[in-house]
Amino acid sequence: MGNNISLLLVVIPLIAAPVVAVLPRGRLPWAVALLVTSLCAVLAGMQLWAVLYDGVISYELGGWAPPWGIEYRIDAVNAFVALIVAAIAAITLPYALLSVEQEIPEEKIPLFYSALLLCLTGLLGITQTGDIFNVFVFLEISALSSYALISLGRERQALTSAYQYLIMGTIGATFFLIGVGLIYSQTGTLNMQDMATILPGVAHLKTVDTGFAFIMIGIALKLALFPLHLWLPNAYTYAPSVVTVFLAATATKVAVYVMLRILFTVFPHSFALATPAEELFIMAGIASIIVASTYAIYQVDVKKLLAYSSVAQIGYMALGIGFASATGVTAALIHLFNHALMKGALFMAVGAIIYRIGACRMDQIHGLGRAMPWTFGAIVIGGLSLIGVPGTAGFISKWYLVSAALEQEAWISVAVILFGSLLAVVYMGKLIEALYFKPATDSEKEVTEAPLLLLAPTWVLVFANIYFGLDTNLTVGLAETAAATLGVVNP
Amino acid sequence: MDFFVGHYNYWVVIFLMLVGLYTVISRGNLIKKIIGLNIFQVSVFFLYISMGTVEGGAAPIIAEGVKLYSNPLPHVLILTAIVVGVATTALALALVVRIKESYGTIEEDEIHDLDHSL
Repeated sequence: MGNNISLLLVVIPLIAAPVVAVLPRGRLPWAVALLVTSLCAVLAGMQLWAVLYDGVISYELGGWAPPWGIEYRIDAVNAFVALIVAAIAAITLPYALLSVEQEIPEEKIPLFYSALLLCLTGLLGITQTGDIFNVFVFLEISALSSYALISLGRERQALTSAYQYLIMGTIGATFFLIGVGLIYSQTGTLNMQDMATILPGVAHLKTVDTGFAFIMIGIALKLALFPLHLWLPNAYTYAPSVVTVFLAATATKVAVYVMLRILFTVFPHSFALATPAEELFIMAGIASIIVASTYAIYQVDVKKLLAYSSVAQIGYMALGIGFASATGVTAALIHLFNHALMKGALFMAVGAIIYRIGACRMDQIHGLGRAMPWTFGAIVIGGLSLIGVPGTAGFISKWYLVSAALEQEAWISVAVILFGSLLAVVYMGKLIEALYFKPATDSEKEVTEAPLLLLAPTWVLVFANIYFGLDTNLTVGLAETAAATLGVVNP
Repeated sequence: MDFFVGHYNYWVVIFLMLVGLYTVISRGNLIKKIIGLNIFQVSVFFLYISMGTVEGGAAPIIAEGVKLYSNPLPHVLILTAIVVGVATTALALALVVRIKESYGTIEEDEIHDLDHSL
């Protein structure tokens, strides 16, 4: 069994996707998707367990030995990210039932779940594979299905957002492809492990430099790293609630993983240090935190506010990567996990508001916090975690990030991280003020609390935010193991 | 001079790449953007195929008396990339059809005037 898990994680959702598409309307497609995602979450957990106790898993596709055949190579880093993706998918699915029934036309529901499973296939595939061209293919599988998912949003802006994302995403993926080609031309291999052994010998060549630059820009576009983030706010705002929850918690995280893998595993560590990549990451990180958080303050649409906040959070991860130290990468990985929890919880709570009143503009949600206390509670705790208040998961990521910055005596970064938290206080404060302290405007229709099926998954994530804020053994331990696996050390 | 003539295929690639990217950025018509995107992608296909060539190598089909073959792997990779490109184009065109249905136009600036998206 052992090795097969890593392949099953990709194959099960891939096979289930077309099956779900042809199932009769009703709740059957949802049930099958729920079953598949739960199974994937269990398998991802088993995979992480196997990696931690038995070491790296290597699976040869079709029995072709690497580096000629495609190899799935799982170590602590990708097992960790795969578990995040699969677990978020499994938590999102119970939430999806009611939300999707309300937001998606009935005849499109089987196709919706099919696309969601394809997106999951792509994201899991990126984490599993050890072949760099395979990364490109899975990147496009997940991207194409997310364009389709976003375009299913209720408003017509969903179409233009999906189109915009498609153009930017395709440019990003093509840049990645150019980079892979250039590096292949110098190393003659596509296996990332094999590439890592060959690259030091050819690292002085201009072609390798160029390839590296193309790959970095390509992934930065997928990652929505400032200033390449323009597609993200609209895509997250106009997508159906479930899609926003799923993509916000997983898609950019997987891109962060690819970035880490290429920076630290594929290329020799000294290579990245010799290029301005690290400085650029820190600059982009600082700019994202300040600019995107400021934008978030002025948003009237709650989903857009949270989307801009996501861009800012990606900035924190970029900072962690930019420090290029063990603490920095650990902080980036912890934040990757914690941000999936907080944005998952927040977007789910906002989805619950949309479920009840069909909108989420600031002026339409006045006083709703009193009518929907549980949803409001989730937003408050999610918001506190986003700000980084002690006792929540967000505090742990900020703590490690600040430690990493202090280690390098990067005072500006320290100031920016703290200032970013202050900006988060402002924008989350605005949201909470509108929800609770403003008098309700529309008293004609009575708003009631969201149904349990929406609240339960939200609160699972909310409790996870508190749990991982108090007990850090699991997250920090895993992130430290993963950072050590990537081979980064404190300078 | 030799540098320029000897690498003429790469110059073609770079030219196409820039033409494609520039079209995507500068054109306001959504279909023209897709055409630009296609030109950009095709330039990458050329890049891969150019790289696969081995000087003096024959087409990678086993034949008697042939010792040197070109590298077939880039061709296979590009076959995959072409499929991805076709899927992207199909999806993009489908989106444009639906944008036309709900906005009545496929000009970027007119859509922007309608509801500040794009």
